[in-house]
Amino acid sequence: MANTIHVDVVSAEESIFSGEAEFVVLPGEVGELGIYPQHTPLITRIRPGAVRITPAGGGEEHLIFVAGGILEVQPKVITVLADTAIRGADLDEAKANEALKKAEDARAKAQDKQEIAAVESELAMLAAQLAAIRKLRKR
Amino acid sequence: MPGTKEIRNKIKSVQNTRKITKAMEMVAASKMRKAQERMRATRPYGEKIRNVAAHISHANPEYRHPFVVARDSVKRVGIIVITTDKGLCGGLNTNVLRMTLGQYKEWQTQGEEIEVCCFGNKGLGFMQRLGANIVSQVVQLGDRPQLDKLIGAVKVMLDGYIEDRFDRLLLVYTRFINTMKQEPVMEQLLPLSGERLGAPEGNWDYLYEPEAKAVLDQVLTRYVETIIFQAVAENMASEQSARMVAMKAASDNAGTLIDELTLVYNKNRQAAITKELSEIVGGAAAV
Repeated sequence: MANTIHVDVVSAEESIFSGEAEFVVLPGEVGELGIYPQHTPLITRIRPGAVRITPAGGGEEHLIFVAGGILEVQPKVITVLADTAIRGADLDEAKANEALKKAEDARAKAQDKQEIAAVESELAMLAAQLAAIRKLRKR
Repeated sequence: MPGTKEIRNKIKSVQNTRKITKAMEMVAASKMRKAQERMRATRPYGEKIRNVAAHISHANPEYRHPFVVARDSVKRVGIIVITTDKGLCGGLNTNVLRMTLGQYKEWQTQGEEIEVCCFGNKGLGFMQRLGANIVSQVVQLGDRPQLDKLIGAVKVMLDGYIEDRFDRLLLVYTRFINTMKQEPVMEQLLPLSGERLGAPEGNWDYLYEPEAKAVLDQVLTRYVETIIFQAVAENMASEQSARMVAMKAASDNAGTLIDELTLVYNKNRQAAITKELSEIVGGAAAV
C-alpha cells in the first residue's frame, strides 16, 4: 500500500470528510501541525481555523473550516472531532464579515463576564473563518 | 342486553377516543421522522469519539485519568436512567424501568449504595416511588435533544465519580433498532470499558499538547457527554416510534370495538322493530 493515512473529519451534525490522504495540516492548540502518514500517536485540542487535506494520489486539496475541537492521530488514522465544521466551498466571505460585525457590536454591549467570554470565542471563530476564506481565495 | 341508547352512547365515546388516538398517531409519525434524522446525525461523531476513547484506555500514559482506571472494589454505583417525559408510548418506559429495577434490587441485596440520575419525567416518578437516592434530574427535554440542558446533570454524575462517591457509572436507555423494534440497554460509561476498537498493540503513548491532564479531561468529558447525548437522541426516536405504533394499535382496536358494538346495536334495533310489528299484527288479529 502506498504511504497514505486515513482521515476522518466529523462534526456533531454530520461526517464531513472520510478518505485517504498524503498530508494534512491542522490548527493545533500550540501551533500549526503538519502530519504525514506513520506519525507517532498524538492527541490535542484544535483552535478555530482551516484543516487542509492533500488527498492520496494527487488531486485538489480539501479545505475544511473547524471552529475548534479535538484531534487524535494514530500512525494510520487521523480523527478530527470538530465542534462545527464547514467545507471550504460553503464558506462565504460576505456572510462571515457580517457575522463578525454583529459579534463586535455584541462585544461593545456585553455586560457580565460570561457574555463577554461567549462573544469573544465567537469573534475568534469568525476571524479564523475569514482567514480561511482568504487563504482559499489566494489559490 | 343493554338498551339501544346506551350502546349508541358507547359507540360515540369510542369514536371520539379513536379520533384522538388517530391524531396522536399522525403527530408521532411526523415527529418520528425528524427524531430519527437527528439520531442518525449524531452517530458518526459518537462512533469516532468511542474509538478515540477506546484508544486512550489502551495507551500507557504516565498520567492515568480517573475515568480510565478501574477500581478494585465496586461497592457504590451511579446510574443514569433515560426515559420519556410523556406516557402513551407502549411498553417503552416499562421495559427500561423493569431492567433498571432488576439491577437495582440485585445491588440492594449485595449492600451496594446507589445514586440515581433521571432524565425524563417517567423515570423520575418511578425512582421517587421506589425511594431511590436521586442526585440529579432533567425533565421536560422537549422534542429536540439539547446538550446544554443535559450538561448540568451529567456533571453532577462525573463529579460524583471523581470524588469517589461511586465506583462505576452506568447508563440505561432505549436503543432504537427500527420503527417496530426498540430495546432497553444498560451500558457502562465509567470506567471506560476495555474494548479495543483498533487500538494499536504494545506499549505506546500519545504526545499530548499542551499537557496530558488538560487534554484527557476535555476528551473524556466530551466522550461521556456525547454518549449521553446520543442516548437521549436514540431514546427520543424510540419514543416517537413506540408512540406511533401504540397509537396505531389503539386506533385499530377502537375500530374493531366500534364494529362489534354496531352489530349489537343493529341486532337490538331489528329485534325492537320485529317486536313492534308482531305486536301490531297481534293487535290487529285480536280486533
